[in-house]
Amino acid sequence: MTALPYLDGNMLDGPLGEVFAVDLSTATARCAHCGTPGPMAGLRVYPHAPGLVGRCPTCVEVMVRLVRAPDRAWLDLRGATFLQFPMPLDQPR
Amino acid sequence: MGIVTPGFQGRPRVEAPDLPPGQYLTPDFPVLSAGPTPRVPRDQWEFVISTETGTEHRWSWDEMMALPQEAPTVDIHCVTRWSKLGTTWRGVSLDTLLDGVDTAADYALTHSYGGYTTNLPLADLRDGQAWLVHTYGGDDLPAEHGGPARLLVPHLYFWKSAKWARGIHLTVEDTPGFWETAGYHDYGDPWREQRYQGD
Repeated sequence: MTALPYLDGNMLDGPLGEVFAVDLSTATARCAHCGTPGPMAGLRVYPHAPGLVGRCPTCVEVMVRLVRAPDRAWLDLRGATFLQFPMPLDQPR
Repeated sequence: MGIVTPGFQGRPRVEAPDLPPGQYLTPDFPVLSAGPTPRVPRDQWEFVISTETGTEHRWSWDEMMALPQEAPTVDIHCVTRWSKLGTTWRGVSLDTLLDGVDTAADYALTHSYGGYTTNLPLADLRDGQAWLVHTYGGDDLPAEHGGPARLLVPHLYFWKSAKWARGIHLTVEDTPGFWETAGYHDYGDPWREQRYQGD
């Protein structure tokens, strides 16, 4: 194979944008295996598979799996202990 | 395909292949992978069948190659909708590997170098339905297609034919594998188009 077997996490923006109302391109995720936090955009995404598989760039363990059927989607995040998103400042009421 | 009429001088018409529903024919052999390709030297390779009681049966590369070898020619069907007909392999029947393995298990969880897993009923590994293959098309099985050795279970979608096979756990309870825990069908019969859970 001549091409890289994986893409960077930016390619998840479209597929995850179908599922989430927030923009995940600016989110941070922490790997459940090695504990390293990093931007979602930094994941290594293997797209040539029955689903999208996002792996930790540090330990290469699976953090995210997204399977898209014609009428359903499955999102498995067991490999990520948290997702952190930037949010609008919560103003005092 | 099928638009061009074979002329009087043409070769005999090839009947349209009988593919499972929703599949198309490809002459290629697409490479699908959910992670980095493991590179396992043969002198470090081993295959382990472990039973529900914890008994382990191990084969080194040389021990596996010394077993009776078979040369199945089979059609394969990927859940991503490509099918490939008449693929030629060489390897050891799971009947041979399971011979002498004392088990009351009903299920098998194949595990691979690199961490991949996939489950199926133990009965689907028996009776000439499954092989541990090391040769494809007359050549050593390339790493991107699962070499040194992969499982070949052609009557199920090809994700059940685990690449880089390292061993099989025999279990009393069904244990869903990598794709089966992420929406794909537990059994995966292409002729019943069992792609996703609930199909």
